Amino acid sequence: MPATQTTAPPGPADKRISGDLIFRLVTTVFAFSILIILALMLAEMTSESLPAIRQFGRKFLTSSEWDAVQGNFGALPYLYGSVISSVLALALATPLSIGAAIFITEICPKKVGTWIAPLVELLAAIPSVIYGLWGVLVMAPWLQSTVQPFLIEHFGFLPFFQGAPYGVSMLAAVFILMIMVVPIITSITREVLLTVPLSQKEAAIALGATHWETIRMAVLPYGRSGILGAAILGLGRAVGETMAVTMVIGNSPQISLSLMSPAYTMPSVIANEFAEATSKLHSAALMEIGLILLLVTLVINALARLLIWSVTRSAGGGAA
Amino acid sequence: MFALRKSILTVAVLAALALAGNASAETLINGAGATFPYPLYSKWFAEYAKIDKSVKFNYQSIGSGGGIKQITAQTVDFGASDKFLSDEELKAAPGKLLHLPTVMGAVVVTYNVPGVGKGLKLSPETLAQIYEGKITSWSDPKLMHDNAGLKLPNKPIIVVHRSDGSGTTSIFTDYLTAVSPEWAKKVGKGTSVKWPVGLGGKGNEGVAGQIKTTPYTIGYVELAYAFENKLPYASLKNSAGSFVEPSIASTTAAARGAAKSMPADFRISLVNQPGKDAYPIVGFTWLLVYQDQKDKAKGKKLVDFLKWELHQGQKMADKLLYAPLPANVAKMVEKTVLSIR
Repeated sequence: MPATQTTAPPGPADKRISGDLIFRLVTTVFAFSILIILALMLAEMTSESLPAIRQFGRKFLTSSEWDAVQGNFGALPYLYGSVISSVLALALATPLSIGAAIFITEICPKKVGTWIAPLVELLAAIPSVIYGLWGVLVMAPWLQSTVQPFLIEHFGFLPFFQGAPYGVSMLAAVFILMIMVVPIITSITREVLLTVPLSQKEAAIALGATHWETIRMAVLPYGRSGILGAAILGLGRAVGETMAVTMVIGNSPQISLSLMSPAYTMPSVIANEFAEATSKLHSAALMEIGLILLLVTLVINALARLLIWSVTRSAGGGAA
Repeated sequence: MFALRKSILTVAVLAALALAGNASAETLINGAGATFPYPLYSKWFAEYAKIDKSVKFNYQSIGSGGGIKQITAQTVDFGASDKFLSDEELKAAPGKLLHLPTVMGAVVVTYNVPGVGKGLKLSPETLAQIYEGKITSWSDPKLMHDNAGLKLPNKPIIVVHRSDGSGTTSIFTDYLTAVSPEWAKKVGKGTSVKWPVGLGGKGNEGVAGQIKTTPYTIGYVELAYAFENKLPYASLKNSAGSFVEPSIASTTAAARGAAKSMPADFRISLVNQPGKDAYPIVGFTWLLVYQDQKDKAKGKKLVDFLKWELHQGQKMADKLLYAPLPANVAKMVEKTVLSIR
């Protein structure tokens, strides 16, 4: 306060400057508070998981033993389940979403597009427990009676489709995650494609490009970084998804190549066991899984940044 | 600036007044813990509020583990748990912590075998071996032996268990530990264990949903949940050698049988108790209260409530599908309640 009083002229101007200063201070505090919260979270989680880190060290990441009674903890099956389920879901969801977004923005009549787009966004707003309930009551029995027997019978020679059809399985988790991720990727990709300048498309058409060639040469390359970003956001949602996955994955900490067998993910084991974890080591081990989950998410985000960065640079160079 | 400051001040004063007003009106007793008895406890608190208007209960059903942590840290006035504390956990508490049994719960074995309706019978060895992954077919001779009248199909058994840590799992694994040395050695008991086989469902509803939608499954849920949802349940062979159906009466019978060997601190597992009518997978749920109350006035209110709960409260239990304490045990608990100062 004294500083502004000495430098600024008196009167209304004084009030304006002090207002600016307060605004600047407040926004600075807000901006840093996010970083501080993240730092505090990291610090707290690390200190809470110290007993497990001390006890198991690096073995925590490579052991598949998880026994709360004996006090032996290893996170590998959970790490495996999280990574495989999200990556497979993303691999299925991305082409589907890009196709849907292209249809909405480029192919279907505008009137229809304005109807479909909000409906897709509505799908993204459905709470995950609803997806989970639908998954366990409708999708899993359907998988068990129809899809899984078919896969086992016709593709059972592959290690991915061996075993008994239980319904709840890695496959169910991949499907439910795919369904949850599609609306997010679709709606963001649609926004990205809408920003493609008309002149770019017109130029392609002027060169004699067909509709498909216009989309391939003018629309998609322009939106490439945005589409990648959308996919990464989808991956982020898939990795952190807890409720819906817990309900359909079968919650069995094992590493199996087969998509038919039940599995387990990192958020699921935290949600399942934390409330009743009374021993210090057990809650520390769960805390360490949380820490690993946080680090995995950070790594995914960092990779996404790098990817988008490199893609935009090369694309920018090409355009220029 | 002045206007802003003034309005902030007004808000602060109003907030302070509101808080103070609340605090002076009634005694607030905070509790936290087990989810299993929550429906009954909230009924008790609502009924008790009609009798003594000067006291208000606030119970958060955050799970037994949370309840133990909160009462040990003294952030609540009482805790609640479906499992009793170990000696080590008791030592970590800053004062003498009492275990007060309130009601009992039973765990029911439920199944879905097409062609077999009600009436499956299981002996302890068979159940343990199913969960150990040793008996894998519904037509196993051991199962056929106990179920001569039923047509058991030659299909693999799909085992379902709880994936979330829970008191139900604790009681169920306690039972398997008691009846099978093999289970005791390899798995043991706890709120979450390392299951040799099976699928994990989240909560009673997850296990029940899994069983309803998948044929040839077997699993376990709380008695109240099985009854409300009309799930088929198995009769279990108890330690006296008779097959007993789960019910409120057979649950209470288990505690009656245990009364003779009841330790003074009530830290006892009720599985596989003697008695012809005793259902074998039964457990107490406890309130955790410090014997020395810091706030004497509040402590007195709490004791008043506990006495009421042991008399009038018990009568409300069976309607909500909880098994009331047998009279001889309730008397023992009341003695302990009166020792609270």
